[in-house]
Amino acid sequence: MAFLEIKNLHVALEDGTEIVKGVDLAVDLNEKHAIMGPNGSGKSTLAYALMGHPAYEITEGQILLDGENIVEAGADERAQKGLFLAFQYPHAIPGVTVTSFLRSAINAIRKARAGKDDPIPVKEFRTEILAAMERLKVPRELASRYLNDGFSGGEKKRVEILQMALLQPKIAILDETDSGLDIDALRIVANGVNELVGAEMGALVITHYQRILNYVTPDKVHVFVGGRIVESGGPELAERLEAEGYDAWVPQGEEVAA
Amino acid sequence: MTQTETDVVKGIRSEYQYGFANSDEAENYFFKSGRGLSHELVEAIAEHKNEPDWMRKFRHRSLDYFLARPLPTWGGNVAEIDFDNIYYYIKPTEKQADRWEDLPADILDTWDKLGIPEAEKKYLAGVGAQYESEVVYHKLQADLEEKGVIFLDMDSALRDHEDIVKQYMGTIIPQNDNKFAALNSAVWSGGSFIYVPPGVKIELPLQAYFRINAENMGQFERTLIIVDEDAYVHYVEGCTAPIYSSDSLHSAVVEIVVKPRGRCRYTTIQNWSNNVFNLVTKRAVAYEDATMEWVDGNLGSKLTMKYPAIWLMGDRAHGEVLSIAFAGKGQHQDAGGKVVHAAPRTTSVITSKSISKNGGRAGYRGLLQVAKGAHGAKSKVVCDALILDDESRSDTYPYIQVDENDVDLGHEATVSKIGEEQLFYLMSRGLSEAEASAMIVSGFVEPITKELPLEYAVELNRLIQLQMEGSVG
Repeated sequence: MAFLEIKNLHVALEDGTEIVKGVDLAVDLNEKHAIMGPNGSGKSTLAYALMGHPAYEITEGQILLDGENIVEAGADERAQKGLFLAFQYPHAIPGVTVTSFLRSAINAIRKARAGKDDPIPVKEFRTEILAAMERLKVPRELASRYLNDGFSGGEKKRVEILQMALLQPKIAILDETDSGLDIDALRIVANGVNELVGAEMGALVITHYQRILNYVTPDKVHVFVGGRIVESGGPELAERLEAEGYDAWVPQGEEVAA
Repeated sequence: MTQTETDVVKGIRSEYQYGFANSDEAENYFFKSGRGLSHELVEAIAEHKNEPDWMRKFRHRSLDYFLARPLPTWGGNVAEIDFDNIYYYIKPTEKQADRWEDLPADILDTWDKLGIPEAEKKYLAGVGAQYESEVVYHKLQADLEEKGVIFLDMDSALRDHEDIVKQYMGTIIPQNDNKFAALNSAVWSGGSFIYVPPGVKIELPLQAYFRINAENMGQFERTLIIVDEDAYVHYVEGCTAPIYSSDSLHSAVVEIVVKPRGRCRYTTIQNWSNNVFNLVTKRAVAYEDATMEWVDGNLGSKLTMKYPAIWLMGDRAHGEVLSIAFAGKGQHQDAGGKVVHAAPRTTSVITSKSISKNGGRAGYRGLLQVAKGAHGAKSKVVCDALILDDESRSDTYPYIQVDENDVDLGHEATVSKIGEEQLFYLMSRGLSEAEASAMIVSGFVEPITKELPLEYAVELNRLIQLQMEGSVG
């Protein structure tokens, strides 16, 4: 059984509109999956629903994380069990420094895993954060700035990857992490993902464009249209999408945004 | 501060933790007046304290002012106060102690629970501890005494330094300034007197701690601080009380004079229980090149009406008011600040952060005034409100009155709600909903907590955590 198994997942908005219409997907440790789809296909909704956003209701199906159904769990519990979402638009938390936030998050996860308070020793935290920032080329000064407050798009995405590195999830979902990045930033983010995926982590990369897949070679590519996975294949599928666009998968009469 | 945040989170408890009371104590008080307010009571207080005649007259005249003035109809609902049901004067011990162990066991126990003796050892230059109407413990570091610093309770100051007290008392806040200042002037007892001689800079804070223990107690401390030329002091006050079903009243008057190039910082962490009316008048005057700073944290009480004021009287004097108001269930924090620019090139900053939750009401009420001739005055007012749920309320009343053309004024106000998206973002990193909300609130007040010494920043954050616990889910 894969670490993350999604079975017949249906997700609706609060007004009842169904966005995700029956998704089956399995992502294991040491695997890189890509979900590719046009705008409005529901792929960000899928990402939010997997992480437990309260505005998206799971109306049917299961999300199994390490064999356990987490459909009823809050976002905090899901994070503690090893799920991570790199946001497309990370939120600013004014007045809370990146360092202070990271320490609290690491300690919350350590506490859940140890079943008691188990704060990371100050020295160990410092060493880890500095090493990770160095590796991911996150400028030192960001550590003492307020989380995402006034950050450029590239800085936000790098700090998302920094969080992913420090929180050590089992399955990381990256929601359009490539959008708005210049080529250097994209390379750094992609390298971060490549480094972290291994025996201890798998990744699900959600994207509109094939671009990031030039740097993160997926084991599997899934085409996501109209709230469903309509085709799955190897990396060659991404290339086909790049050449042909999504038109082949979009039902007649439906509009596809560029 | 971040290093101690885990400890802060660890310390979370869902209830007001200072709500304990020494129940059998009423029997042990050295002196307790009857309930209610009268000229006889005022006479008895003056008599008991063996005060000079001018003070006795000051008290009686103040009572007349109090009785003649109507209750304010703005701010909060003060009509609920039952003035006849209040004890106006309780003297818990016969003598003031300068060693904690000399206090009666039950009173010492209270201070121990509040951590005051411990704090004194660690990071304070002097401590005054007021229990009901009297300061029962007082101590100043010996080296400061040698430098001529005076730090006494107000009653002792009236005995030992009558000339200074007489010179200043009631000059910054006239006895008829407002109804509650008049009340304080009539029945005042306790409070701090500080004199810092020219050029003396007191590095560690001086702290006064105010504790109400009895039910229906009225506490009316009176504080006077004089910072002489080129001198500096940071004075901190904290306050708590037991939880009772009927109300108590705290009505203080604080007068401060900062002479040329002097600097005074006055920090309050007010954490009264939710049955205390907290109606306080605080005002400072700052002369040439002097700096006055009020850091005012209001977390407790049923109703607080308090607007620390600064009169900038000398060229280039600078004033700052940093105000935090946190109102939970059943609380109304009508906080704010006032700055009057009465001299050229004076500058001021007012920063207000108010938070309301569980039906609480928190607000900013402020006055910024620039007198004619105060040319080149600069001021910035920023008031931000954070509302945690739909039942709660925030008000902003920024009064501005400018009679001079050559000024530079800025005013910004924001109102925000804790967003579902912010919460989700933090929770997706493993923080619980309560932890995530507390983090957002701590961040919101950070511009003020970063101004505090570490111990107080930690204390304030801890109080915010306490307020947040149980507010969600």
